[in-house]
Formats: sequence, structure tokens, C-alpha cells
Amino acid sequence: MKKVKVLNQICIELHHMIINHPLLGPRDAAEFVYLGDASLINRPDASGDNAAQTFYQYLYLRDNPAGEHKELWYHEQGDRSWLVVTRNTLTHEISNVEMARDVARAAGGST
Amino acid sequence: MRYSALNILKEGLTGNKGWQPAWREPEPKKNYDIIIVGGGGHGLATAYYLAKEHGLSNIAVLEKGWLGGGNIGRNTTIVRSNYLLPGNQPFYELSMKLWENLEQDFNYNAMVSQRGILNLCHSDPQRDAFARRGNGMLMSGADAELLDQDGVRAMCPFLDFDNARFPIKGGLLQKRGGTVRHDAVAWGYARGADERGVDIIQNCEVTGFDINNGVCTGVQTSRGNIKANKVAVCVAGSSSRVMAQAGMRLPIESHVLQAFVTEGLKPTIPGVITFGAGHFYVSQSDKGGLVFGGDIDGYNTYAQRGNLPVVEDVCEGGMAIMPMIGRARLLRTWGGLMDMSMDGSPFIDKTHVDGLFFNGGWCYGGFKATPASGWCYAHLLATGNPHETATQMRLDRFERGHMTDEKGQGAQPNLH
Amino acid sequence: MTQTNRIDGGLINRNQSYSFKFNNETMHGYGGDTLASALIANGIKLVGRSFKYHRPRGIMSAGAEEANAMVQLRTGAYTEPNTRATVAELFDGLEAKSQNHRGPLGFDVMAANDYLSPFLSAGFYYKTFMWPKAFWEKFYEPVIRASAGLGALSGQDDPDQYDKGFLHCDLLIIGAGPSGLAAALAAGRAGARVILADEDFVMGGRLNYETHTVEDRQGSTWAEVATAELYQMENVRMMTRTTVYGSYDHGIFGALERCTDHLFDGSGKPRQILWRIYSKQSLLCAGSTERSIAFGNNDRPGIMLAGAVRGYVNRYGVTPGKRVSIFTNNDDGWRTAIDLKAKGLDVTAVIDTRSIPVPYNVPNTATVMGCRVIDTAGRKGVHTLMLSSGQTIKTDCLAVSGGWSPNVHLTCHQRGRPTWDKKQACFVPGGELPVGMSVAGAANGNMTLQSALSAGHDGANAILNSLGINPTNTSAPRASEESSNITAFWHVAESKSRAWVDLQNDVTTKDIGQSFREGFKSVEHLKRYTTLGMATDQGKTANVLGLAIMAEYSGNTIEQTGTTIFRPPYTPIPMGALAGRARGKDFRPFRLTPSHKFAEERNAAFVETGMWLRAQWYPIAGETHWRESCDREVRATRESVGVCDVTTLGKIDIQGRDAAAFLDRVYANTFGTLAVGKVRYGLMLREDGIVMDDGTTARMGEHHFVMTTTTANAVSVFRHMEFCRQCLWPDMDVHLISATEQWAQYAVAGPNSRKTLQNLVDKEFDISNDAFPFMACGEITVAGGIPARLFRISFSGELAYEIAVPTRYGDSMIRALMQAGKEYNITPYGTEALGVMRIEKGHAAGNELCGTTTAANLGLGMMVSKKKDCIGNVLSQREGLNPDKPLQLVGFKPVDADISLSAGAHFVSKGREVNMANDEGWMTSVAYSPILNCSIGLGLIADGKNRMGEVVTAANPLKQSNIDVEIVSAHFVDPDGDRLRV
Repeated sequence: MKKVKVLNQICIELHHMIINHPLLGPRDAAEFVYLGDASLINRPDASGDNAAQTFYQYLYLRDNPAGEHKELWYHEQGDRSWLVVTRNTLTHEISNVEMARDVARAAGGST
Repeated sequence: MRYSALNILKEGLTGNKGWQPAWREPEPKKNYDIIIVGGGGHGLATAYYLAKEHGLSNIAVLEKGWLGGGNIGRNTTIVRSNYLLPGNQPFYELSMKLWENLEQDFNYNAMVSQRGILNLCHSDPQRDAFARRGNGMLMSGADAELLDQDGVRAMCPFLDFDNARFPIKGGLLQKRGGTVRHDAVAWGYARGADERGVDIIQNCEVTGFDINNGVCTGVQTSRGNIKANKVAVCVAGSSSRVMAQAGMRLPIESHVLQAFVTEGLKPTIPGVITFGAGHFYVSQSDKGGLVFGGDIDGYNTYAQRGNLPVVEDVCEGGMAIMPMIGRARLLRTWGGLMDMSMDGSPFIDKTHVDGLFFNGGWCYGGFKATPASGWCYAHLLATGNPHETATQMRLDRFERGHMTDEKGQGAQPNLH
Repeated sequence: MTQTNRIDGGLINRNQSYSFKFNNETMHGYGGDTLASALIANGIKLVGRSFKYHRPRGIMSAGAEEANAMVQLRTGAYTEPNTRATVAELFDGLEAKSQNHRGPLGFDVMAANDYLSPFLSAGFYYKTFMWPKAFWEKFYEPVIRASAGLGALSGQDDPDQYDKGFLHCDLLIIGAGPSGLAAALAAGRAGARVILADEDFVMGGRLNYETHTVEDRQGSTWAEVATAELYQMENVRMMTRTTVYGSYDHGIFGALERCTDHLFDGSGKPRQILWRIYSKQSLLCAGSTERSIAFGNNDRPGIMLAGAVRGYVNRYGVTPGKRVSIFTNNDDGWRTAIDLKAKGLDVTAVIDTRSIPVPYNVPNTATVMGCRVIDTAGRKGVHTLMLSSGQTIKTDCLAVSGGWSPNVHLTCHQRGRPTWDKKQACFVPGGELPVGMSVAGAANGNMTLQSALSAGHDGANAILNSLGINPTNTSAPRASEESSNITAFWHVAESKSRAWVDLQNDVTTKDIGQSFREGFKSVEHLKRYTTLGMATDQGKTANVLGLAIMAEYSGNTIEQTGTTIFRPPYTPIPMGALAGRARGKDFRPFRLTPSHKFAEERNAAFVETGMWLRAQWYPIAGETHWRESCDREVRATRESVGVCDVTTLGKIDIQGRDAAAFLDRVYANTFGTLAVGKVRYGLMLREDGIVMDDGTTARMGEHHFVMTTTTANAVSVFRHMEFCRQCLWPDMDVHLISATEQWAQYAVAGPNSRKTLQNLVDKEFDISNDAFPFMACGEITVAGGIPARLFRISFSGELAYEIAVPTRYGDSMIRALMQAGKEYNITPYGTEALGVMRIEKGHAAGNELCGTTTAANLGLGMMVSKKKDCIGNVLSQREGLNPDKPLQLVGFKPVDADISLSAGAHFVSKGREVNMANDEGWMTSVAYSPILNCSIGLGLIADGKNRMGEVVTAANPLKQSNIDVEIVSAHFVDPDGDRLRV
């Protein structure tokens, strides 16, 4: 249980792994803030016919795999890069780290 | 075999040789009316209430490991009904009332201990939010008291009132809150369900669902295929994994919540205390250990273990409010998989597949919900309609925009 | 008392005599003693009581696995419960008391439980105490709780300090026994960065307890020489008194160094240091722990582990008995007989469960093969053994060896599960070790000294190779040969008396049998039902025994039965050490505003808002209540001019060719149309359509904006905008910098604010109403050339400005403003007055922006542009967020103006019953308005805009009050906003 909303801003991110930042090298995960599934990069087209449905699926539904997971980490206590980290949710082993911006560009996200 | 002081006396005098197994170890049958997937607290409670309240007994509970081995066996044992929102509070109050009569109901002493839960507040806005919550609790038939600083001091003089970084301004007290011996809940429900004919099948993992034309007709398991009219999934941290076998994606992420216990200490704190400016909540067990916890580790995981920064953060919270515990030693840490939902609230619902039901998304709060979850899931399975206290716990609520977001954090599970 | 059991030899310093007290009796020991060895030296057998039955107990081990000899160490606020006497170093002036008894240790009235034990078997409490129902809460539970626990906390704040530290290394070696030392020598000599950590205060591990030779020297001497060499190496960090307690992800370990626990007085130094060790590779050399055998009354004082008995003799020069007997199922147990004989001690008998030829010749000692101890006598100290052969043996100490269990704990803290080694009758590390971990020595099942030394040496060399470091050309140290044959033997079936498995929690073989009969067969059920292995030792000696006995009952192999999961910490860690210095005022850092010193000088009261400390109000002479100060500050501002530090608001500098387009996407309303030199209020949604934050954004140039956020959301809004920039629209030309700390910002509000500023702003800048109207912004200079930014915005509803200067001028700026406004009696105001004025104006703040409100709830629905996409636009249109009668933010006034409103009250239509079915919303914020001279409130109520003038009940059952309130406009003061524009 963890119920009471903690006073704003006292929340400190507390992850404890080592993330090999593409620009900065290995950094303690405590410097990062976790967001979640990297599919959040793929924001749907708001003008699409089915926008209500695609936005619902985009924002709320998750694969939540037991195994390899691509996920977004933000280097808040660092260079403010958003990273896409490929991490195994069973072992916590990190197999790949990319700049989220590169991933977003590759995925077709532009302006 | 009924449990009583007399039986303890009789067995004690005859070498305790006559105790019977608390439950049978049946082989799975080919066919059941209802299969419950998951032999944790919620699954066992569901089976118990289906049998006891709805007179159904051709039921199997399938558990991939040992019964009670999930979060019912690894939580910090707190029960309370101090929720804010109307979609939640009546449900948790139902749960509290079931807790209050549980032991007599299932003839098992789960040590329901209503020593109170005190949520500390440290700012005016926090106190305002507690007032809103406390008033809502009273208006829905629960109990609540808003304490000022003196009230908190009278109850817990050992808290840090004089030197705290975030001074204690008061607290929301629910006297009926408290703790329950968690394993005993699983065992009591299992024993009660078994007595009424429910087959509890351990070491039986569900590996797939039989779904034809949108209708679920049974499950595939590590011990063969089993048919059922209704299949009710209830697997907490494994929700996404299991429901993926039915082709469903859920508004759920799996996260680890760590829990902690110190060495046994002579009685030192009353009830449950939660820190409002950091991550720490604590109670003292019947054996004397301080049982405490804090925040989830915050990243998706299926490992029942966490990392050091959270351990340290939680202990910092503990020392911040009660610096007398510095010389108590942390004995053991462990982790449980939390089925964190997108608004922090659970689901008890049908799915779009006929005959397939889902119960999950309990986040870190499933233990206190165990009786009501079982009660309402049984109601849904037996009658086809949601129980009146669980009408908001629907899977489609995000699509419709009816979130039940107690903390107001939005669609980010690790913030709830 | 004299040291009756002190003998010659040992690694103690007889020139260092210490005096100490146990249960108030003064005794003596030596430097190098533990409390346990000193108690043994003084002939003390009875040291504590067990948890459930309060059985008399003595010392059973010589290490961290001790389950019996737990004491309350030190006194007053320094007292620490549950301290293992076996690892507590003796110091001069030590005071210890035994635990868990009522009345003196020798006559514990709670020992009555022992006679009731037939009724207190496994799980008895689940079956009773249920009738009558009310008795549980009132009687049974209080009685159970009163007998809970072992030692006690002082109830006082922990007076010690604790530190934290971080270390990095190529190779972490855990344990400095033979394998650890051999590994450290190999790795250290090769130049690797090594950390060697051991929980003991002397390195050497079992070498210090045994009589083996290494490199033709006494083992302990070899260890001393090796240790000295390692201390000389700059690349090796030697850490004694340091327990590596947990293995975490990616080669990270937790370790606790006890710095002053061995001293009478820590002299202000940190008591302990919690280390976080980042290792490239680790080598676990944690040794092994001996286990007992379960037989009738095997828990009596004087019954000990065999390795501990000879350990006390060899290392500490004390003997636990004058006539020692040995009960073993393995060859190693015989070493105790051999070592004791070598010291000239009397060994009465060696009883071996195995029907094999006598493995060692022990002169003048009865050796009984194929035999078992079935019972013992001697309540407060064993004196007689009853054997399965019918013999009885008089003895004052029984040394038991059931074999050794490798300390695999750290290999299992992640995914590892140990595997059963049938030949050696022990669990050894299984697959899936933590990343980078290897295991050597007894921890890996290398049960002889030579194999341990070789494994440590070779293991280190293999690791060096993997690290790209060349090993030196050395070979493993040579050691004397020994035999470690064992035939598994767990419990004596013919014992009629209770046979203990877990000594601290009083779990007997009968409890395991009952657990099995009742269906609690899984090892996890066994543990939870009987509490086996849940005591302070976490089953270090009991677990294997317990599950082996369960395996026997169930007819399964030990492999099939499996083990429970090993969890950190390896040994218990004080809460104080885990918290370190983050306690009291240092729990979290303070952020101070630029005007903090100024506010302190004026005796301001401060309030914690997040990490910030902000001035809450500024009392002046004669004011005794905060309301007086607050009311005065509000009036002064509304009547003339006030100044408030608003630096804590988040400030984000946004630049780039696409800056305006970017803002159009992150804000619900439009910014592309904002003219340069103008400010606009902005509303930001989360993607789910709920309001995330609000603030003003100023267009400083065509491609340059400055955004403000709320104090609370400064960090999360910036993070969100970086997410949008990098992850959603990676090719937009826009850059963000957080400038919250770079600019000191003050709100200057009130009808005389312009005149005040005109005294300060350099003359070339015209800030008249025409030149600088409402919602204007610009870069200016003040006080003769100091750069500043001026925004004509108002939170108070008055003619008002916010002026920002580089933070280094912040302190000067508040003083300059006070000077500039002196003629208008400028008044500094705090967060209370700020809050009152914003409520008077109906502005939403934290209580309204609570993460569940929509723009429509706040009366800002029109701001969500329908012409463009923005974050949150699509999902804000969901049906559930757009009900027929939405909650709407409106104002409330008490019908009786003398009554105060309360935030958190719920609204119910007049005349309806106060319950959740009739709940229509809640009061979000209240204040006393010194302008209206009454209490006012903001609140969210269903369909509020259409209910102006309606009187509803504000129900506050917490205070047992129902107040009639009128729904009014949220704009209590100057509803048309005329004052803003003058």
C-alpha cells in the first residue's frame, strides 16, 4: 500500500541500475526518471477518423511483456536526454540504449 | 474439522496426531462450472464466496505454484477503508465489514487487528485533502477522525515533532483500520472453499484459453485441458501475461513493490502509521517485527525483488518520522509484483470474450480488498451483473473517460 | 567472577584486559574476545530465552548464525536489541543484558509456556482465540502482543550518526577466509582494483578457528601474513567489520561497515557506514555454516555446533566445557575432538551416526559408531546424554555437527536457486548467478582447505583474464590435507522428547510433522505455518534441516522439496544506517528563495512547499496571530502596494523557429497569435485530457518565449515538454532551458505598484499604462543598468507586475523594491496573503489543479482550442469527462457571515440527507477575506455556474457541522477586472 499523495516535488527518482548512455557512458539509473513503454513515442494522428480509439489504445493499453521491454528513461539529473532502453523485465539486463530522438525520427515522427 | 479451543486441548493431549489436512489435494476434473485462475487471496476468496453465498461448488481454483504464494503471501498486511472516490470507498468499506466478521465466518483466526491507521499530513493542502477524504468516508458509512498536531502527539509521542524537515501538522485516523495475518487469510479461504467442495489444484499452470467464436470454453494447463462454463482470471502481477494468452492487452503494467521487516521488538508502536512527506508506512506484527514499506521501484518488472535506492529511501522516511527506530535492524526485504493500473484503481469485469472474466489492477492495495474482491467477483460470476459497490471497476472505463484516479496522476502506473 | 574456562593460546591479547557487565554482574575478558567468548571464559552457560517457550538457552555458535545468544547491548538511548553475542566485539565497559524473560533470566515466569507446549504447536493460534468474538480485540490479542518480540528499543532518538559511501572496483571479494585471501593475493598482485570485505574484525575466516597449516605455517599466521601483504597494496581496499549484505542489479552490492561498534565511545565518529559497491566482477568467498542435528532436547545450554566449540578453543582460548562430547555425522566433527585433545582438554565421547570404521584415533575418548543421541538432561546446562545404544554419558558440553551448508545467500538474491549436492549433503550455488559473480571456496562446496585455496586463487585468475588483466605467475597456497566425508543425517527418529530445528522460534520436528499432516507441505507453507527460518538468523542453521525433514515426511528428495528464497540482507542492518544522514532537518535538502535572508531578518514564518521554504507571513510588532499579519498584508497590497517572492514558480526558456508552433501543441490554447511583447495565460493538459498545469507565457521575441509553471509542477512540466520535443516532434526547431534558478522574480502588486517600479526602473523604459499595458512584457534595466524582465501580470487582481532579475541580484532587488516603495508603505507579503488574494479572485491553484479536473471543471473549457491538435485534446472529448452537469468551480459564501468555512466540506443540496449518494462536490479552498470581512471559499459543485444564488449545505461530518453556503461567482473582488488595467 502506498496511499497518501506525497508532497509535490519531494519525489526523488530511485532506480538502481546502470544505464549506458549513448553520449555520456555508464550512468547510475538514479539519475534518470522512468516513464514507461517506448510505444509512447508513437503518438497517433489526431485528425485520423478513429482518433478517439487510437489515442485510447496509445495512452492506456500496454504489452507489459515478461522479457525484453523497450522503455523510456529521462536523464533528469544529467543532460535531459530521453533514452529508449531495451531491458529484460525478468533479469533487468539492459541490452541496448538509444537516444529517443533517433528512435522517434526512425519511427517517422518528425514535426 | 472445526477449529476450537476444545480441539486444541484434545489434540494437545494426544500428541497433535489427529489434525486433518486443511485442504484436499484433488486431481483436476475434466469439467467445471467455473474455473478460477490464480490461487491467491482474491481467487480463493472468490471460490469461497461462490460456494458459501451462491451455493456453487463445481469449481476449481488453479494455482501455478503453492496457494497463497502471490501478493497475499508478501504484503504488509494493512486493512483500511479510507479511500477518496465514490468509485472506491463503498467497495473498501464492504471489505472492511467482511474483515470484521471474517474469523467467525470461516472458522479461522486471521488475527484481524483493528488498532487504527493514521495518515500523517505535513501541509495545509494535504490537510484539506484529508478533510475531503475523511468527510467522504463518514458520508459513506466508514469511520474517520481528523487529528490536529496535539491529537497526533497524544497518540504517537515518539514521532519527530520538534526537528522534522516536514513538520507533522495532523493526521487522518481510521480507528477501524489495522492489520490482518496475511497468510492466514489465504489458508482460511482455502480451507473454507475446500470444505464446500471447491477443488484447489496447486502446481497447475494455465498455458492457454480455449476460445471459439468469441466464447471461452476452458483452459489448457500444465496438467491437461479442463473445460469450464466460465473462466475467471485473478492473477495480479501476472495479469498481462495470462490475458495475452486470450489475445488481450490490458491497461496494466507490472511493477515491484518491496516490503520490509525488522527483527522482533517488544511492543513499540500502535496501529499503522503512514508518512505524508516521504515513502514510509509501518505497523508492528504480532511477533514484534516492524513491518514496513514505501514506494514501488518504479520500472516495469517481473522480478520479485527490488533495488537498494528504494530500500534506503524507505528507511530514510522511517527515520524522518520516528528517529527512535535507528537501532532496530532490518531483517528481511522482499518484493511482490503489482498489477499497476492506469488510474490506480482495479477491475472486476467481464471481458469481450463470453465466459472469460477478469479481476486485477489492484496496484499495491490488493490485500485489504481481498474479501470484497472475492465477494464482488463471486457476485459477478454467479449473477452476471456487477456488485453494486464495484460498478466503476470496468475495463472500458478509460475508453469512456470514467477514470477512478485517487491520486490524480493520470495514465502513468508508476505514479499511482 | 574469574575466567574459569579460559585456557592457553588463542588470538587474543592478554595484555588488554577488559571489564564488562552481563546482567549487571561484572566480568573480565581480553582484547580480541567477543562477548560470547568472554561469557564462556567466565563460565556462563545460560544467556537467553527462546521466543515461544522461553526455554533456557546458551551460546550455540561462534558467528552470525547465532540464534540463541541474543542480548540487549549498551544502555540508555544507545541500547540495541537482539545483538548476537557471538559477533559483538568485547570492549572495556561493555554492558549487556539477556532478553525475553519476565523476572530474572534463571526464573522466567513465561517459561510456563514450555509446559503448555502441547497446546501451542504449529499454527495453534489460527485455530482458537475466536470466541467470544469481542475477546480477541480486548483480551487475546493484547496478551499475545505483550509477549511479542525479543529485545526492546529505547524509545529515544538514535543518538548515533551514520554515513553512506560509494565505492568502485574491478573485483569485489566477499569474505576473507582462505579462498578470499588466496583470491585477493592473486588479484592484488596482478594490479586489479580489489575490495576485500569481511564481516569479522580479523581477516582469515575459518583459518583463525582451525589448526590447519598453510604454506607450512599455522593457518592463522599465514592469514596474518597475507593480510599484511594486502594492506600494503595501494590497489587493494581492505574492509574488516564489513558485511556485504545484498547483491543487486548490474554488479552493485550493499555493504555495512561497523566503525565504532567495538568502542565504548564512538567519539562523534559515524557509528556505521553503508557502502554501495559498484563492481565489474565479484567473487563470493563467504564460506559455510555448520548445522545441527535434531534430537531430543537438543536445545539445552552447552549443546553447541562442533566447529564453534573448537573455534572457541582455538581462536579465543576458552573452552565451553571441561568434559566435552561430540555428536557428528561427518569427519569434520572429529576435528573438534582432535583439537580439544591437542589442548589437553578432556573429550568424553565421540558419537557418530555412521556405521563405519573409526575415522580418527582419539586417545582416552569413547568412540561410538552407528549411534545417536536420543535425549539430554540438564535444564540450565546439559549434564547427561542418553544414547540410542542405551548408554548414558555425563558431559557438560555437547558439540554437534550435522554437516556444513555453503553460504550461498548472495548467489540467490536475484534469480539464482541453489542445487542439492547429494554427496556433500549441502546446497551449492545453482545457475543464474548475479551478473559478474563467481563463487569460490566452501561457499561453492569446496569443503577442504586445499580446494578452497585453489578455487580462490584460480577463480581470481579467471576473473583477471575476463577483465583483460594478466595474472601473475603464482600458484595457489598449499595446505594440509583433511577429510570431509559425510553421510546425511537429519534427525533422531527414536527421540520421544521434542527435537528442535529452529531454536529461536521454537520449531521442533513435531511441528514439521504436524505441518505436513495439515497439508502445509511446500517449503514456503512450512516456513509460514511453523515460522521455521523466520527468526533473526533467517534460518541459517535451521532451514536445510527443516526442509530435509519435510522431504523425509513427504517421501520426496531434497531436490524436489527445494528451498525457500534467500532474501537480503545477509545479516540484519540497522535502520539508522540505511537512512544515513537523511533524518531530522537533513531528511531532504532545503531550497531557499533569493529573499530568504531578507525574510529571516523580518522574522517571517516559513512554510515548506515541496523542497522550498517560502515566507508564509511577515509579522510586525504587536501581531500575535498569523491572521493579523495576513489580513494586514492583503489590505496593504490591495490599498497601496505589496511585494512577494515568486521565484519558486517554474520558468522555462523556449527558443527556436518552431517555438510558437511547439507551444500551440503543448498548450490547449493558442500562442502562435501572441504578439511579441505580450503575455498570455496558458492552460496545459495531460494527454488524458485532464489539466496538468497552468501559468503565463511571455513572447520575448519572434522565436523566444518564457513560460512560467506552478511551483509544484516546475520539474514535471519541463520533463513533459522535453518528452514532447524529443520523442513526439523530434524535428521541430525548439530548445528548452529550465531557468527557474536563474531568475529571481517578485510580484509587485497594488494600486501603487507602478509608481513603486518607476522609482526603480531605469528612466529610458516607459512603463506607463499606455506604453506598457496589462499583459505586456519586456526586457528592461533597473537600478542603473541591471538587466531585468518585466511582466504586467496579476495573480492578486490588482494593478501588478512581476519583475525578474538575474538570481545574484535577488537579495538586492527585494531591498531595492522596499526602498522604491517606501513612500507608499510597501509591504512584503507571504504565501498566506498570496493565497487569500487568489481565492478572492477565483484563480485555481494546487487544490483545484488536483489531477482530476478538466478545463471545463475550472471554467476554462473555451480555452481548449477546437481548431488544432494539442496534447490532451482528443481524449478530453471523452463522454465521461463531459457529463451533463459537470463539476464547476464557483465561489461560496456562508449565509451567516460569522461562520468560517472549511476546505474539504462536501456539498449536498439543501434538505437532503448527508451521504455519498447525495454528494455534489467539495470545497477546495477557503480563506478569510479581510476585504469582504467574511470567510469565502472556492469549490467544485455539479452544474455550479447555473446555480448562482442557491444555498446548499457544506457538510463537514468530521467536525459534525453542516453550514449553509451560497453559491456565488468565484470572482469575489473586482469581478470585471478593472483594477488590472488601470
